[in-house]
Amino acid sequence: MEMKNKIGYFVLAGLALILLPLFAQYFGQGWVRILSQALLYVLLALGLNIVVGYAGLLDLGYVAFYAVGAYMYALLASPHLAENFEWIAAAVGTNGMHTPIWLAIPLAAGLAAIAGVLLGMPVLKLRGDYLAIVTLGFGEIIRVFMNNLEQPLNITNGPRGLDRIDAMHIFGFTFGKAINIGEYRISSVVLYYYLFLALVIFSVVICHRLETSRIGRGWMAIREDEIAAKAMGINTRNMKLLAFGMGATFGGVSGAMFAAFQGFVSPESFSLQESITIVAMVVLGGMGHLPGVILGALMLAAMPEVLRYVAGDVQNMTGGRIDASILRQLLIALAMIGIMLSRPRGLWPAREHGKGAPAPVK
Amino acid sequence: METFFQQVINGLVLGAMYALVALGYTMVYGIINLINFAHGEVLMVGALTSWTVVSALADSGLPGWLIMLISLLCAIVICAALNFSIEKLAYRPLRTAPRLAPLITAMGMSLLLQTLAMILWKPNPKPYPLLLPTDPISLGGPVISVTQCLILGITVVVLAGLMYLVNRTKLGRAMRATAENPRVAALMGVKPDMVISATFIIGAALAAVAGVMWAANYGTVQHSMGFLPGLKAFTAAVLGGIGNLAGAVVGGVLLGLVEAMGAGYLGPLTGGVLGSQYSDIFAFAALILVLTLRPAGLLGERVADRA
Repeated sequence: MEMKNKIGYFVLAGLALILLPLFAQYFGQGWVRILSQALLYVLLALGLNIVVGYAGLLDLGYVAFYAVGAYMYALLASPHLAENFEWIAAAVGTNGMHTPIWLAIPLAAGLAAIAGVLLGMPVLKLRGDYLAIVTLGFGEIIRVFMNNLEQPLNITNGPRGLDRIDAMHIFGFTFGKAINIGEYRISSVVLYYYLFLALVIFSVVICHRLETSRIGRGWMAIREDEIAAKAMGINTRNMKLLAFGMGATFGGVSGAMFAAFQGFVSPESFSLQESITIVAMVVLGGMGHLPGVILGALMLAAMPEVLRYVAGDVQNMTGGRIDASILRQLLIALAMIGIMLSRPRGLWPAREHGKGAPAPVK
Repeated sequence: METFFQQVINGLVLGAMYALVALGYTMVYGIINLINFAHGEVLMVGALTSWTVVSALADSGLPGWLIMLISLLCAIVICAALNFSIEKLAYRPLRTAPRLAPLITAMGMSLLLQTLAMILWKPNPKPYPLLLPTDPISLGGPVISVTQCLILGITVVVLAGLMYLVNRTKLGRAMRATAENPRVAALMGVKPDMVISATFIIGAALAAVAGVMWAANYGTVQHSMGFLPGLKAFTAAVLGGIGNLAGAVVGGVLLGLVEAMGAGYLGPLTGGVLGSQYSDIFAFAALILVLTLRPAGLLGERVADRA
């Protein structure tokens, strides 16, 4: 009986999620866009949750992996490289590279993972605090490269960014154009919504499986007490590297999605602010607890839109000193401090191990 | 050769400022094992406070050096009060919490201070008035400005004072004892809470001095100015061996020199391929390198995880 109920809920939730963008469409495409972006944030938060939530490693440069994925996809699927390098133009023709996603996405994810493992190797055997500061520095390094790698070889096109990036396309089906089913028109943002929704569900399944697996238990043991974990025979260094690499992979895939969705990437999208926001999502919702993380991501992703209605009044009251973006930053900062002080395990934390033992079967 | 000496001077000046900030990191870390992410923001608050005072007094007819001195004192007082309250409100309740919690709070605090500064002082960069003589002093080729001379001089005095405080006074002994083992120190009659507060206040005062120097040397102040110096000063602290006061100074000066050399020579040496805009990367590359090769830092104490 209980099982049946659960399936019923899942079906209902699924239906609601599928119908949501079709409703939102009536209020304007902008709302669907916000929904899609929120899902992208959920994807990022799920990835960071592996690193921060499961393994307890504070990664403050997560956006760097996001950027690596986005730029990799952008380079592989835009005319930019062919326009700037003759030998590439000679190889692929003048209308540029249009690498199939079956190659572009794994490359984006792989490069991000390699960056993660390379960065993690020297630091992960040290104390956690060092990792925080090194990842922060790594984020800055990537940003400096994004901004400056236009001379002498124009790779990233500097602050102007890369544009004309291909939309996602699978088996000849492109997400970049609206499709018509009879009278009914499904726009590109709605298609992306479904794509991201599918990815989020896929990621949740992966994360859930990881959480209950030997690997997940290993991560959590490291998080709780590293020395005890080591004593139990867990190879802490490799497990930490695995968490770090896996988180980076998620970042890389999300980056590729972002690039395809926007059709444009520039260093501006990958600021430190963004990294902190993603950390705040994970922390706010409840580190290491999937529903909590998703809740946190959705809350913070939706916040700017809600604030837009309030911000006007606040802006007038303060003589233009506080606008929507400043207000958002202020609330994120206060939330990070407040949550840590009052509910250090987040708004919707996981049940503590050992304390939430299942009730005896009657 | 002239470029070389010029870059040595620039590097020393930069290094002196890093050293002052790095001391704040290293003292706090030595005692409560926390990376105080908000420390760079304390520098920013110091610089902006001093800018406010200087702008207000600019037309008062007082001599330039007096205005600078007043603004410096104001900055020190404000920063000390600020850092004291940050510790009391945000870090003290979490002293026994898991390691990640105070680190995230510190990150949030850094963001909060930046945002508040943006609201209070508006986000635009502000020119810092030139109150000291601007004619450079020639050293037979390389030149040094009056501000730079003062930065070097003040840093030496401040460092000497700090060394005296830590090594010769009762408070200094209490600080060293708390860093070594807070519980045993408490048994010996040291009040750890008081020592920790004192550490934060001293660290903030040093950061405020560095902030005013930074503002006077570069001529602009802004709410985001604390981030990079903060990050690099932390790097300097790690470079020298975190928890070690002399190490922080050595690390700061070394980092300043490396960066100045990078800015001066990177362009010409690579034929213009890599410009000085890459000099920011040096600090982080150095950090990763040091952590790989010599995790304890140059003059290091242990850093491996004792958990």
